Amino acid sequence: MFQIRIHGRGGQGVVTAAELLSAAAFASGRYAQAFPSFGSERTGAPVVSYCRLSDAPIRLREPVMHPDAIIVQDSTLLLQVDVFAGLTPDGTVLVNSRLTRAALHLERLAPDRVVILPATQLALTHAGRPLPNAALLGGFAAQTGLLSLDSVTRAIRDRFRGGVADGNVAAATDAYHRVLSRAKEQVDA
Amino acid sequence: MLRQIEGSQAVAETVARCRPQVICAYPISPQTHIVEGLSRLVKAGELAGCEFVNVESEFAAMSVAIGAVAAGARTYTATASQGLLFMAEALYNASGLGLPIVMTVANRAIGAPINIWNDHSDAMSQRDSGWIQLYAESNQDAVDLHVQAFRLAEELSVPVMVCMDGFVLTHAYERVDVPTRQQVDAYLPPFTPRQQLDPDAPLTIGAMVGPEAFTEVRYLAHQVQRQALRRIPELAAEFETVFGRSAGGNVRPYRLADAQTVVVALGSVLGTLKDTVDEMRDDGIRVGALGLTTFRPFPAEALREALAPAPRVVVLERAFSVGTGGIVSADLDTALTGLPQRRYTVVAGLGGRPVTKASLRAVIEAALADELAPMTFLDLHQSTVEALP
Repeated sequence: MFQIRIHGRGGQGVVTAAELLSAAAFASGRYAQAFPSFGSERTGAPVVSYCRLSDAPIRLREPVMHPDAIIVQDSTLLLQVDVFAGLTPDGTVLVNSRLTRAALHLERLAPDRVVILPATQLALTHAGRPLPNAALLGGFAAQTGLLSLDSVTRAIRDRFRGGVADGNVAAATDAYHRVLSRAKEQVDA
Repeated sequence: MLRQIEGSQAVAETVARCRPQVICAYPISPQTHIVEGLSRLVKAGELAGCEFVNVESEFAAMSVAIGAVAAGARTYTATASQGLLFMAEALYNASGLGLPIVMTVANRAIGAPINIWNDHSDAMSQRDSGWIQLYAESNQDAVDLHVQAFRLAEELSVPVMVCMDGFVLTHAYERVDVPTRQQVDAYLPPFTPRQQLDPDAPLTIGAMVGPEAFTEVRYLAHQVQRQALRRIPELAAEFETVFGRSAGGNVRPYRLADAQTVVVALGSVLGTLKDTVDEMRDDGIRVGALGLTTFRPFPAEALREALAPAPRVVVLERAFSVGTGGIVSADLDTALTGLPQRRYTVVAGLGGRPVTKASLRAVIEAALADELAPMTFLDLHQSTVEALP
């Protein structure tokens, strides 16, 4: 079982992110469970959602306390919330930001465990809206290798229609290839 | 059809396929997504002949449901927490009049202090209301129990609550085989009311009953509930024939063979509990779990049969009776009278506190070592207790 925790702010689509992730896993034939942290969410307040992926049915209902991967939708949370709490020793981190590892004070994590992706910019470029979910999902697929770009695309098209779907698929695809090529650069270096 | 879907939406679509004719509800977290889903389906014209009635309160919702079902309409509503309490007076009318309403309770704590999160305080507070209560373990279970609930309610002319854990199930996205209309139609015949209000053939439902017959009315209601205990497993078996999967029934044993400790639980905590049982079994520890799907009527005989061999029984309660203790435990003590076993009550997950594998394992290990107190509060924060005035 692979467990993911997503950090964001109310209104950024934290719950939708977990749901999309679970839908992409479902599209690839896996079992998946997505659920919010059930707070009284307010716009802008720190919020958390969870997702579990497995090849077998998932019965566990406790919150994800030891995530294998963390997705941070808003890098200002790095200063406010202990987003790395319980992260497994090999766990990966995906941060939505235009800043560098150094600027984000992420140097304590090994380079191959961290991906920084300008997901909001990709969303603005491709979909015209500052909602980073689709790009982060594409980036997550490339970073972890758990999901194919095709299953990500299917999850987005299942959720959205028309131009919104097209824009989000483009953002996810761009993010996917960026993260893949960056990983290749790291290996080559 | 297999879908990756939110629990509330899966329930809404399933209820829609049960062809309700009147839906009336008042929104309250965490039930809201269910009735929103149904209202969208009605508006989109996907429920031909169904009227969605917006009401001003839960009391009105149950009152409209009573009127609708008495007039012969298949009727559905949903609520939670304080909303269920606000219905209380009408709940007893629905059951006392033998009106087969199906209602989802998206289980949530009761305030004060105000708390929107999950426990079983709401449904447990209505355990004596004469409604059948079924508890769902997963969203698949919730969906399947709703289909069975309409059949059971209408066959026996008794109202049924399907209890599903608020947020933990209602807001969880997972894989659900959402029943098709063809499947539901093969299982659930059209509603044939036992009595029906009709201006052309007037009759009275709900006339006053004095001391000469009130006891007999209640006695008969009890007999109907006893009948339900026999019928529920039969309907579950028939469901399996049509849908190809097992759901419903009174109790669900899990790895009970040679178990030295058995944990009894209701609702979604059973998933975490079963994972805990598997891990402990892998370590050679002989534990098992017993899921209570039907809480009202209370399946005392089935429980006694399943639990008699166990030297220790732990009852995991998601609600409790302040000043006394476990609610399920009290019923279970009666059912298990005279058996030479130790029984423990563990109050867990009140107001949304997560029930974790680690905490469950610790409790089971304490029971196995005979070191568990007769009643404990799981993960009680002693420092918080001491800090409160």
